[in-house]
Amino acid sequence: MKVAFLGATAGMGRALSRKMASRGDILFLLGLDPEDLARSAADLGTDGARPAGVAVLDLADPSSFAGALERAEAALGGLDAVVCTAGMFATQEALEADPALAERVLHVDFTGTVLFCEEARKRLLARGGGTLCVFSSVAGERGRKPVALYGAAKAGLTRYLEALDHKHRAEGLRVVTVKPGFVKTGMTAGLAPPPFAGEPDEVAARVLRAIDRGSPVVYAPAAWGPIMAVIRSLPRAVMRRVSF
Amino acid sequence: MNDTLSGWGRLPVPGREKLSENLERLTEGAVLCRGLGRSYGDSALPPAGHPEVVTTTLADRLLGLDTQTGLLRAEAGVSIAQLNERLLPRGWFVPVTPGTQFVTLGGAVAADVHGKNHHVDGCFGEHVQRLRMRLADGRIVNAEPDGENADLFWATVGGMGLTGHVLDVELRMRRVRSPWIHQETRRVDDIDEYIDALKDAAQKWPFTVGWIDCLSRGKSLGRGILMAGDWADPETAPARYPKPFPKITMPFELPSWVLGRASVKAFNFGFYYKHLPRKMEGITHWQSFFYPLDMVRHWNRMYGPRGFTQYQCVLPDEAGRGAARRVLELLSRRGGASFLCVIKDCGPENRGLLSFPRKGISIALDIAVRDDTQALVDALNEQVIAEGGRIYLAKDSFTRPDHFRAMESARLERFREARAKWDPEGRIRSAQSVRLLGDRP
Ligand SMILES: Cc1cc2nc3c(=O)[nH]c(=O)nc-3n(C[C@H](O)[C@H](O)[C@H](O)COP(=O)(O)OP(=O)(O)OC[C@H]3O[C@@H](n4cnc5c(N)ncnc54)[C@H](O)[C@@H]3O)c2cc1C
Ligand SMILES: NC(=O)c1ccc[n+]([C@@H]2O[C@H](COP(=O)([O-])OP(=O)(O)OC[C@H]3O[C@@H](n4cnc5c(N)ncnc54)[C@H](OP(=O)(O)O)[C@@H]3O)[C@@H](O)[C@H]2O)c1
Repeated sequence: MKVAFLGATAGMGRALSRKMASRGDILFLLGLDPEDLARSAADLGTDGARPAGVAVLDLADPSSFAGALERAEAALGGLDAVVCTAGMFATQEALEADPALAERVLHVDFTGTVLFCEEARKRLLARGGGTLCVFSSVAGERGRKPVALYGAAKAGLTRYLEALDHKHRAEGLRVVTVKPGFVKTGMTAGLAPPPFAGEPDEVAARVLRAIDRGSPVVYAPAAWGPIMAVIRSLPRAVMRRVSF
Repeated sequence: MNDTLSGWGRLPVPGREKLSENLERLTEGAVLCRGLGRSYGDSALPPAGHPEVVTTTLADRLLGLDTQTGLLRAEAGVSIAQLNERLLPRGWFVPVTPGTQFVTLGGAVAADVHGKNHHVDGCFGEHVQRLRMRLADGRIVNAEPDGENADLFWATVGGMGLTGHVLDVELRMRRVRSPWIHQETRRVDDIDEYIDALKDAAQKWPFTVGWIDCLSRGKSLGRGILMAGDWADPETAPARYPKPFPKITMPFELPSWVLGRASVKAFNFGFYYKHLPRKMEGITHWQSFFYPLDMVRHWNRMYGPRGFTQYQCVLPDEAGRGAARRVLELLSRRGGASFLCVIKDCGPENRGLLSFPRKGISIALDIAVRDDTQALVDALNEQVIAEGGRIYLAKDSFTRPDHFRAMESARLERFREARAKWDPEGRIRSAQSVRLLGDRP
């Protein structure tokens, strides 16, 4: 598979990109820092398929999207999939205390990510389809106190991805929405892990299976599927009282 | 949020970890790095006045392997387990491995770890070609064994994280003939015979180690099992790649009495008699050969809520043939029940200013913490000082500073000078350096 991969430098993206490269998928890495990207490319190439190249792309700067994806497609000599694990998180307290940070998180996780997907979608459709795999979150499933702002961006992203799937599946575009629960990465370091906290590796294995099958929605780790089903069904009166 | 940290011996202090993939950013202004926390004592624990340590484990990228020379560049948080998973299938193994694969490269450098091949290959640091380091003043520099900043290099190798933060490591990996081990085990009747057999095996085998029963007394004191091995020849090894072992986890703490003297005795007996034939030979899995303890995750929980310590010392050859017996007799007299007692001969000392091994015999004992543990360690240390030996900082939590000085006088002075040069304000420090070197808390 020829894959443009945004977010391979860290966390679940690092784990997923390793699984893909080690089975022979050719990646092109997109991300914020050229040196960091080069280090990740070296890591993948040590025991897996060497990435075709790297290019800088900032989700906060939509003007960088078309050029970076253009380079990816050229270097890969095709494009079968676009994966986006990149995203930003901050606690509700931090976001409430700092409107500029809140604006950045909302912009990166919603506007930036959606516009990136728009660019990716166009390119994949122009080639007759492919897979677009994007990491949203269980935080977008229900309005919840600790993730009011971050969750709002992810809720919007999830809805957009759902619509893309409805709109373009017939044309060969397979949209895979990943909804991680709590996963132990740099993003959540410093937060107390709840029960069922997952490891990036197990998430990566599950997501790769979903990509191969074209599953439209995947909860990871798996336990978060039923957990979110319960949370979605809780009445408002209960949601007002609980702290999660 | 968990607000304590502990070493492998599970003796907690107030502390918390800071994690990120970006080790460069993370180490700015840091007091201490921590890897996988497999050091038993307080070397990877923060000083009381600054409870935050940088944990390196997310910095786990391989930065390139030269398949001609075996030179590997990697980030300091890469573990030997990751190298085994990713590179052993391609025929590469670390030049030196400790008895657990869950250590980081940074931790392996800082403790200058040794393995079953110390008598031929020396310590980990001797196979490192370059370190990229963040200094206390914020600069990032390279340190090499014979080139750039060689003094920093040899202060860092074995320096327990106290000279700067290791960011990247360049290491010469070894090609192996097959991923299987050709192993020989021998039953030996007492400690003196055991040590002779160890030295004898060292002539023939690159990997040697042994477990002894330190509860039996008198004539059979120190009877044990000696294991020797080498990578198997492809002709004699199975053609398939060895399957990874299933993971078993020690689910909870055992109550303290479980590891009392009687059960430890039963265990050692059982182990001893299981190996009844005097000599056995065969092909075995690399995991069971190098990492038998890794088969049970969190096995340290079996020592119960009070935790445990490991006492490891090296007794120099000059101390003479009875030195190991004298230490074991002392242990036995004081009723120190040790579940595990590992004895291994060491090759010559290297240039690492505080590197542990030196030519002689290393003894490692696991000791459950009890009211008299401090007194027991004191007594062992006095014996070791009398024999001209030293202890291993990666295992230690009980040694007194005056005992440490008595073991290390000249080397310690040079180590202090190196720290004064590379960290004049004494920013980088650990609970261990506060305890042993008099650093400010
Ligand atoms: C079951 C078991 C068997 C063992 N067998 C052996 C053996 O056979 N031989 C042997 O030599 N040791 C052995 N050890 C000890 C172990 O190898 C060392 O303690 C090693 O240092 C642990 O590495 P770590 O990554 O867990 O480091 P930690 O325990 O987290 O830290 C150890 C030291 O390294 C420093 N450090 C860690 N990372 C960095 C960095 N990036 N930059 C600077 N300093 C750093 C820390 O400050 C600390 O001083 C064993 C331990 C266990 C639990
Ligand atoms: N971890 C969880 O528990 C959890 C739960 C639910 C959902 N998620 C979502 O899952 C995804 C992956 O999470 P993770 O835990 O793996 O996160 P992570 O470890 O923090 O990694 C996030 C990645 O996104 C990149 N990134 C951040 N801002 C960017 C920007 N403006 N432009 C381009 N790249 C940017 C980061 O690059 P740098 O390293 O260069 O900053 C990093 O590679 C995210 O979308 C996250 O919201 C995570």
